Amino acid sequence: MKNKLNILNWKPDRSSFPDMGEDGKPVISLDSEKFIKVWQGPNHPGITGNMSLELTISGDEVVESKTHVGYLHRGFEKLFERRRYIQCFPTCIRMCVPEPDTNEYNLARGVEELDGIEVPEMANWLRMIVLEMARLQVLLRMVPGQAGTMGLGLGVQWGMYYRELILDRMEELTGARIYHMYILPGGVRGLLPDGFKQRLEENLVKIEGFLKDIDKLILHNAVFKKRAIGIGHIPKDWVDQYGIVGPVARAAGYQRDVRKDYPYLYYDQIDFDYNIEHDSDMFARFLVRRKDLETTLDILRQIMAKMPDKGEIRAETPNVLHWKIPKGETYVRCESSRGEYGFYMVADGSEFPRRINLRGPSYTHAIAVLEKLLVNANISDVSAIMLSLATCPPEIER
Amino acid sequence: MEALLDRLKTRFGVFDFEQKKTYQSFCSVDKLSLVSLVTYLKATEGFKVLVLISVVDWIEDGKFQITYLLNNPELKTDIGIRTFISRDNEEMESIHDLWEHAPTFQREIREMYGINFPGSPRVDESFLLEGWDDIPPMRREFDTKKYSEDTFFPRPGRKTNDPAEYMKQKLYPDEK
Amino acid sequence: MAEEKENITGMHDDKFLAPENKKRIVIGPEGEEIHVDPLQDYFCTERPQTSEPRNKTVEKFLNWARAESLWVLGFGTGCGSIEIPPLLSPRFDAYRFGVAMRATPRQSSVIIISGYLAVKTLKRAIRSYEQMQNPKFVIALGSCTINGGMYWDSYNTINRLDHYLPVDVYVAGCMPRPEAILSGFNKLKERIRAGRAEGANEYITNLDWYKANQKKIIKDWNMPDYNW
Repeated sequence: MKNKLNILNWKPDRSSFPDMGEDGKPVISLDSEKFIKVWQGPNHPGITGNMSLELTISGDEVVESKTHVGYLHRGFEKLFERRRYIQCFPTCIRMCVPEPDTNEYNLARGVEELDGIEVPEMANWLRMIVLEMARLQVLLRMVPGQAGTMGLGLGVQWGMYYRELILDRMEELTGARIYHMYILPGGVRGLLPDGFKQRLEENLVKIEGFLKDIDKLILHNAVFKKRAIGIGHIPKDWVDQYGIVGPVARAAGYQRDVRKDYPYLYYDQIDFDYNIEHDSDMFARFLVRRKDLETTLDILRQIMAKMPDKGEIRAETPNVLHWKIPKGETYVRCESSRGEYGFYMVADGSEFPRRINLRGPSYTHAIAVLEKLLVNANISDVSAIMLSLATCPPEIER
Repeated sequence: MEALLDRLKTRFGVFDFEQKKTYQSFCSVDKLSLVSLVTYLKATEGFKVLVLISVVDWIEDGKFQITYLLNNPELKTDIGIRTFISRDNEEMESIHDLWEHAPTFQREIREMYGINFPGSPRVDESFLLEGWDDIPPMRREFDTKKYSEDTFFPRPGRKTNDPAEYMKQKLYPDEK
Repeated sequence: MAEEKENITGMHDDKFLAPENKKRIVIGPEGEEIHVDPLQDYFCTERPQTSEPRNKTVEKFLNWARAESLWVLGFGTGCGSIEIPPLLSPRFDAYRFGVAMRATPRQSSVIIISGYLAVKTLKRAIRSYEQMQNPKFVIALGSCTINGGMYWDSYNTINRLDHYLPVDVYVAGCMPRPEAILSGFNKLKERIRAGRAEGANEYITNLDWYKANQKKIIKDWNMPDYNW
């Protein structure tokens, strides 16, 4: 019996491996034959998006990690300088592929704020529906995906099926599966189709059933718990120091949710709560996202109950070919599935934007936080930690 | 916000104050007092979160505008601090010791605009581009269309429907 | 011919090489000096050869076999890769067409260039493509690979993929729906069965032209010309 316990508590003796320098950091020399340099990505199935990690490992522990990005750099911010405001819309949604609607919403809101356009009520409700549906489809990928990074692929397959249902509704509403181009400055492109609410409600009921399956499959899964609890722990004082936002900050016990802190659209009329956990490890982040799924379903139902049936969906905008926006600057933000997602916009009074700068949550999550978090992690946990931070490289490099 | 502005005015000589939204305001400050202002805001006024560092290229005035956007999570307010540096002398004091993710911003700005931040860790490593040998691409004088046409191979026979002409016909037929 | 040999083995500027790839002298356990040139020693520097078809019947059988097991390299190079997971999920189920994802280039026969290619990714895509075993095929998704698409004037994305890699099938759209990708796979199968998917041989025949195009935009060329 004693022997068995010893096996459970066994930890490798790494006291002299790697050698520690005087400053407490490991002395890394590839010639000492104690280290291997391994590249994870860009060509790697465990990478979220297309980035690469330069890992120096000792045994199976990571000693040093460096993030390399730029594989998806398209120079959006340069392209915006050559495009009129209306031309920016189809371009900007490609900045973050899994959740494009936050991009179009942010840009539309920035333009409206700078030019002082009032958006009709109905359009705002429709925007909320699209934003929440986008959040839902991302979470349906991400929540089972957390277990998928540990080899439990079944949940991912299930999640994909339910995500397709939401994409069907998206297609019905906007005409496209991924890139919707639904939100325009001054409003949205179309009304809800007939019977849309009923069909969406049917899908939501199905997804609720799926949540129970997730609980059975993942949440009460001993292997998942063993590999997720206590792994990837982010100390609480990192949150402000590193600019951590969204579910990762909420998993550390902070009340950070743009929808409640800086209410936009009609989120102040919706009744929902911060989803908070306190352990700040991979499991806590999973729980937060799992609760976010429920909250999103709830919010969607509230929106459908509260929104009017019809109304004006597009405010009058100037001739888009000669639309000059007065000089000014603003920072607009909204809550994406990964956290605060903001646009810093500067207009110079011409037809072209002077500067549009995207600040996504991954900008710190994937570089400053991940590089620190991976030190001393096991190499098999690397992709799980990456997914639990929800890194999305396109929004780092634009 | 007003009280805060008065304090900043007397201590750091902040000018060009403008408040767009109830929770967001922008102000300008001299290049030399920027770091002390940011340090003061972080330590004393509770602006603990650095949201972004961004650069705007005002080529007509020969200036770069660097914007530091700070956020106070308790009071839920933002303050954007603008500072202007000359386009010829592209150097700015680094704030890498204040926030852990500030070096990332500075590394990107160094690559995209050529503004140097002496002392910032890994600031000279390439961030997004690899083997770039032209002028920094985000500067206004860099012409991305010309570069693309010279470097890559545009497919011939591309029918160019000028979108502006097309929209004029479709949307605004009355306009001459 | 001699010049071509030079081209394939000759190395370029050392300044771009990572420290572990530079020429160096290693002192052995008994004090002897060993000259190490990783790019010569770790890679095969011989010029690749085209593979000639066998007799007609065998080739027909082989082509059928190739067409029915398309193993795809799991390398999402652009936004199109968001539609690849749905392709392998219950609704579209590409497995029934013999399409499966593989983790390494050595095991796969198809590389999907899923959208725009930044210059930095192009370098990795070329390496991955060259490491794949013959026969190998390229599917290009999205309008970005055809003429640059949305990013036709961007300074960091290529405009035409067929100048850098031999493309077998283009799937148009931004982004192509999963059904379109499935139809692209079926088109590729038709091409393979008809014996027209000779991209790998074409690449080797025109290697110098491809390499010149690639080197024009990859400024820090720090790898052998053909990575086996």
